[in-house]
Amino acid sequence: MSTPQQDDFAVVHPFDHLMRADRLPHILCGGCGIGTVIHGYVRAVSESGVDPDRHVCVSGIGCSGRAAGYVNVDSYHSTHGRALPFALGIAVHNPELKVTVISGDGDLMAIGGNHFIHAARRNVNLNVICINNFNYGMTGGQVGPTTPIGAKGTTAPQGSIEHPFNLPYLAKACGASLVARWTILHVRQFTDAVLRSMDKDGFCFTEVLSPCPTSFGRRNKLGEGLDEVEMYRERCHIENGAQNLEELDIDIVDHEQPITVGNFVDIERSAFHA
Amino acid sequence: MNSADSVARKPMDLAQADVPRGEVHIVAERCKECSYCIVYCPEDVLVYTEETNAKGYHYPMIAEGKAEACVLCKFCDLICPELAIHTTDASDEAQGS
Amino acid sequence: MPPETAAKTVAPEAAQRVLTGRRFMLGDHACAEGALAAGLDFFAGYPITPSTEVAEHLASRLPAVGGRFVQMEDELGSIAAIIGASAAGARSFTATSGPGFSLMMENIGLAAMMEIPCVIVNVQRASPSTGLPTMVGQSDILQARWGSHGDYGIVAYCPSSPQECFDQTIDAFNTADRYRIPVFILMDEVVGHMAERVEIPAANEIPHVPRKRPRTKPEEGIFLSYAPDEDLVPPIAHAGEGYKVHMTGLTHDERGYPELTPETHDKLVNRLVDKVRLNALDIVDFDEQHVDDAECVVIAYGCTARSASAAVDQARAEGLRCGLLRPKTIWPFPEERVRRLLEIGKIKRFIVPEINLGQLRREVERLTQLPTIGLNHAGGAMPTPNAILEIIRS
Repeated sequence: MSTPQQDDFAVVHPFDHLMRADRLPHILCGGCGIGTVIHGYVRAVSESGVDPDRHVCVSGIGCSGRAAGYVNVDSYHSTHGRALPFALGIAVHNPELKVTVISGDGDLMAIGGNHFIHAARRNVNLNVICINNFNYGMTGGQVGPTTPIGAKGTTAPQGSIEHPFNLPYLAKACGASLVARWTILHVRQFTDAVLRSMDKDGFCFTEVLSPCPTSFGRRNKLGEGLDEVEMYRERCHIENGAQNLEELDIDIVDHEQPITVGNFVDIERSAFHA
Repeated sequence: MNSADSVARKPMDLAQADVPRGEVHIVAERCKECSYCIVYCPEDVLVYTEETNAKGYHYPMIAEGKAEACVLCKFCDLICPELAIHTTDASDEAQGS
Repeated sequence: MPPETAAKTVAPEAAQRVLTGRRFMLGDHACAEGALAAGLDFFAGYPITPSTEVAEHLASRLPAVGGRFVQMEDELGSIAAIIGASAAGARSFTATSGPGFSLMMENIGLAAMMEIPCVIVNVQRASPSTGLPTMVGQSDILQARWGSHGDYGIVAYCPSSPQECFDQTIDAFNTADRYRIPVFILMDEVVGHMAERVEIPAANEIPHVPRKRPRTKPEEGIFLSYAPDEDLVPPIAHAGEGYKVHMTGLTHDERGYPELTPETHDKLVNRLVDKVRLNALDIVDFDEQHVDDAECVVIAYGCTARSASAAVDQARAEGLRCGLLRPKTIWPFPEERVRRLLEIGKIKRFIVPEINLGQLRREVERLTQLPTIGLNHAGGAMPTPNAILEIIRS
């Protein structure tokens, strides 16, 4: 077993001290947006004014679940779907810590869906970043709970026939204190949402739409990561404080449909303190 | 809505504005050729190299004649999924001269 | 106990962490009191018969002494939450029964792989599936040992009385912390719902074995969460202490970073198993009755051992050379003791009564060619002393 020392590599990026830089380049594909979210998270840690020693990152399983392995704070790569209760244990035992969960749509909303609705209902003091790439990327592109109707996956070769979750609507209905949806192109905005979440007591939820060129983009004729990001640039419509969350489903197939992003919910609701 | 075809509005005091100047730093070995930095640079500062890094990806370099064109918007840095590029303030004040 | 969980403003009587004195208590309550005496910081659980009284008792007692109680949405969440809390330094605990224990299996493997200590009480009921929810069973013995996928080491205690529920819960916390492993307390419905005298010692007499902690400060260089000492147990750093730990269920190197190679995997998994296997003599606990000259040895645990004890006493009164070996740790099984008794050479047969169809009997049969007779019932009733006595006489 080799264990590199921190001195073995030079600092080459100003945020390398918040990354486990000896593990870069990471395992994620070229054009994948998960790296941008990880980058945004460490930027928020840096700007939070809270000592990185007091930040904790927890993830589940899948490509997004690998986030915890790259950030240089106390980090835990838990089991599939269980990042939220694992993080709850940390946050409830030690309320001084800023606990962020970074995980994917399949992890948080399918296998971990029950924990999601209850963590939001309790309003546990957690900052949740859900990287939504509309499919199970690591296992090769199966459809999941956010796959839009008609979009293809290896387990829905003719296109998904199921209604997907509309995550901001779900999070708001469950009682989240903060709800936002952005894409990786809106990197300043989602980083600001994450920063705001770190400062806020209660359950905060930011969905970040992210390209998965290898598994989802290729199969759905979205092209490379850049092409999917371009699609977001063309179709995204910012509506901060949008009241009609129930109407904000994402239609990937119909390119005429706008995708609404923004900071939707930011309310005061008593947070869970055991 | 954003559109590539829209006509950009130009500030009336543009001539007097003090446009920041940045210096681009590239970590070639981290790059996976996603193009985000090249495409979203407002000043078209970056182009791909001919050669590839150890993993076989072309990585960005400063385009000919663009050495002083970076306006320090930092977007290439922010959007880079690999932490493979960043910019520093290259204005005269920042250099301490 | 970290400073932030220091006792809140409550009445002094209620805020007493260790209820020193002679009490009359349910097994489930004694288990909860044992956890409190052991320094419990965090409980997460989900109601399930016949363990619910553990949670109910802690719901009022734990917050009163500065700990934190969370009723989770399910057992998947309960086990994940106690592992997370333990990663942040808590002595943490959950209580369940068969169906919930099954749901916890995946994350029990995570606790083993991440080497995060935690204690899980399974008050066994008649199974499989929903079975007889309010009636006794002992059929989760092998599940406790092998239930999560893969190889790993665990310890399982098996109390026979409310007093042992108290004592062994303390042992369970100490063993979990000492070896960085998940530890089980395999109670059963009879013991859990039985009220008996429980002697609770003074707070300063409660045994406390702390976790091994980092011997360097964070600024003195990279801390290796998985670099073991000679006893195969690495020191543990907690979230928020500045060590920037990384813990994963993936195969990992000593730093905790994923290293997905057969060599690393084999070395890691062998250590997870060996840290219990090679320390078994320090961990194993058992009780004996008249075994030294016994020709017939009854091996029994939990509530069944109570009937077995009465049967052995009666048989001795009748002049029969029989004895009782009562494993207080089912895992590791006291196999060195059984081997030693076999070497003495007086034993002619074993009797293993249990409320399952022969789970621990397999373990005994693995150690000896001698006749090993089971007295088995699938669950819902415990064997009477007479039933065991008849087999001893036969």
